[in-house]
Amino acid sequence: MGEAGGHHSNPLMIQSKTLAPSTGAPALDFGSAWDYAAAPERVQVKIAARYGHFIGGKFVPPAEGKHFPTVNPATEETLSEIALGSAADVDRAVAAAKAALPRWSRLPARERAKYMFRIARRIQERARELAVLETRDGGKPIKESRDIDIPEAAQHFFYHAGWADKLQYAFPGRNARPVGVCGQIIPWNFPLLMAAWKLAPALACGNTAVLKPAETTPLTALRLAEILAEIDLPPGVVNIVTGAGETGAALVAHPGVRKIAFTGSTEVGKKIAASIAGSGKRVTLELGGKSPNIIFEDASLDQAIEGIIQGIYYNQGHVCCAGSRLFVQESVLDEVLVKLDIRLRSLRVGDPLDKNTDVGAINSADQLQKIRRYLDVGRAEGADLHESNGSPLPERGYWCRPCYFTGVQPAHTIARDEIFGPVLAVMSFRTPEEAITRANNTPYGLAAGVWTDKGSKIFEVAKRLKAGVVWCNTYNQFDPASPFGGFKESGFGREGGLHGLRAYLELS
Amino acid sequence: MRARTVDRIAADARAASFTRRSIKKESKLAGLKLALSMLDLTTLEGKDTPEKLRALCRKAQRPAEDLADLPHCAAVCVYPTFVALAKEELQGSRVKVASVATAFPSGQSPLAVRLAETRAAADAGADEIDMVIQRGAFLAGDYETVADEIEAVKANCGSARLKVILETGELETYDLVRRASDLAIEAGADFIKTSTGKVAPAATMGVTLVMLEAVRDHFLATGRKVGVKPAGGIRTAKQALHYLVMVKETLGDAWLTPDLFRFGASALANDLVMQLRKELTGRYAASYDVTES
Repeated sequence: MGEAGGHHSNPLMIQSKTLAPSTGAPALDFGSAWDYAAAPERVQVKIAARYGHFIGGKFVPPAEGKHFPTVNPATEETLSEIALGSAADVDRAVAAAKAALPRWSRLPARERAKYMFRIARRIQERARELAVLETRDGGKPIKESRDIDIPEAAQHFFYHAGWADKLQYAFPGRNARPVGVCGQIIPWNFPLLMAAWKLAPALACGNTAVLKPAETTPLTALRLAEILAEIDLPPGVVNIVTGAGETGAALVAHPGVRKIAFTGSTEVGKKIAASIAGSGKRVTLELGGKSPNIIFEDASLDQAIEGIIQGIYYNQGHVCCAGSRLFVQESVLDEVLVKLDIRLRSLRVGDPLDKNTDVGAINSADQLQKIRRYLDVGRAEGADLHESNGSPLPERGYWCRPCYFTGVQPAHTIARDEIFGPVLAVMSFRTPEEAITRANNTPYGLAAGVWTDKGSKIFEVAKRLKAGVVWCNTYNQFDPASPFGGFKESGFGREGGLHGLRAYLELS
Repeated sequence: MRARTVDRIAADARAASFTRRSIKKESKLAGLKLALSMLDLTTLEGKDTPEKLRALCRKAQRPAEDLADLPHCAAVCVYPTFVALAKEELQGSRVKVASVATAFPSGQSPLAVRLAETRAAADAGADEIDMVIQRGAFLAGDYETVADEIEAVKANCGSARLKVILETGELETYDLVRRASDLAIEAGADFIKTSTGKVAPAATMGVTLVMLEAVRDHFLATGRKVGVKPAGGIRTAKQALHYLVMVKETLGDAWLTPDLFRFGASALANDLVMQLRKELTGRYAASYDVTES
């Protein structure tokens, strides 16, 4: 663009160095001149004292009679006792799914779609209840469960309902048949949404399923079971077995399961892949990540700051595709850090049920411990920790202030391991080539972010990033129509969109 | 070194995020009062009369006769011909008189005429001058002329503070809004203002955010605080609270004052008073319970 010349000190030009943090520099004050009153979501939801498994269309007690507590991570109160699934429970569930398969898979496709539309509508009707439940069980801000998790879960059922009777057009000239009984194991970061990601394509393609929710967040999946019963989904089409790692292992090992879909850690994903080798089971794995978020000097910086925040602090950083490695072009590093500091100060951390909370509770005591260990390791290896120093955190519950590290070397543990918390590693680069090389220098390859106002650079960089999703001038955008999945140790297979159907069909 | 760019989609998404804050109870009451105190109660019509202006001045001083502890508005905003009368009506109050000038709203007059008009308004006692930039020159890329003219108007303001109207509805892109903001700030604007109210779209959250960010960058670089005034299109108390959330979370506490943030509006006053009455008395008012203006 043209530059204004003449006698004015040039109004159109900026020099990022003028924003360098230094003592005596002008500072903004984010105090309490006008603060927001507490705005807790007050809807009360009923939670049973104890839950069984959902098998064959009914809630049944666990065969071995064992239960475990599920805890509200913001208060440490036990919300309910959950059935601990054993191999016998898994066996019953797989048998129910197998029994339901012939009728369900031969149902006219548009009839299957009708059931799925009903599920979607019922999720919408009970959205508020589901959002509160999700927030109480998992610690995520009500703003996110209300505006993202629950609406998108409904959206996945709507979207895949639309595919049910159009599979012959999705794969023209091929004969598409269901795979059979699907074993689906989901993580604790997006409990209901991940259940929808898994169940919706499976059902649309005529499969039946056994779903195992995460140990720490089973409540919304069990509520979904109530919804499935309410809408008269034929018994056995969806079975839900709760439990921990061993329950999942039993499901993976069961000979009646034809396909495994797993979302979770790379460590467990590798074990699953090894254990089913030679069994003929299909598998899709959506695993960990250490995704790079790359800010070029010609980016719209104020918007890029929002992308950093969205990338790493969304859902307390419990996001497999979190933009946890930030690469900033050296010429704008100082400015980006000043602005990141400013932005961190307006993030509201605390009671997840408060509608104004931006960052909620860490999902579990275990996860908090793991994050704290990484904070210690980061400091010990020589990086500098910067924390948001907002309002005091609640006394009970599991909390971690949003934070970032500077002085990070590529070899540092915090630059290589997935932390799965609100912890960002900030690094700088000088040229696009260097940015691409360093971004790809990771065992993972789930997602990446590119920030530049220059269109040609977007295409040049995006096509060379080894990641399943590359977001340009945005981050963490999802749509049921858009396939999601990883490269390298982030897993294989795609979920969502036309690509996601493939894993749930035998094509001949 | 380069010109600032703004990504419209991301800026609009950020602006929309402020509307999802929940403002209740004591923070709602405080926010409504703050918004009222930031109001430039405006009448800019060819059919304006002294009687209309007298009513407006009374309302600016006492937004509701029966509610004693409401703040007064920040200013009344009028054409230059009404400055003397407004000054007289507002004598003894702390309500300021703002006058549009520089061939408002188009700015299409010779510079000498625009400067003379500015001087006339200032001489008549205007505390604040709301000028318009030459959008034609700006869109043609003649930034030098636009900056020179702002400086010239500023030099003719006397002690009055200068608000520079960008008329963002005619600039169209956020890149140009940002560019015009930087230019006006650098040329000496005390305030940057979105719109004349005569062009649609007038103020939007997205445009105002871009301007707040320009003000923030200037402050971080120089320490000088420039004010922001969205004008036109802000009609409800709820909208006003959304804007205040945006100011609070973008620029912080220092800008939550009429010295640095204003609303250019007329209908907004009535909704603020109605909502305040509800908060203070627990009863909703009917539209006929507040004065037309």
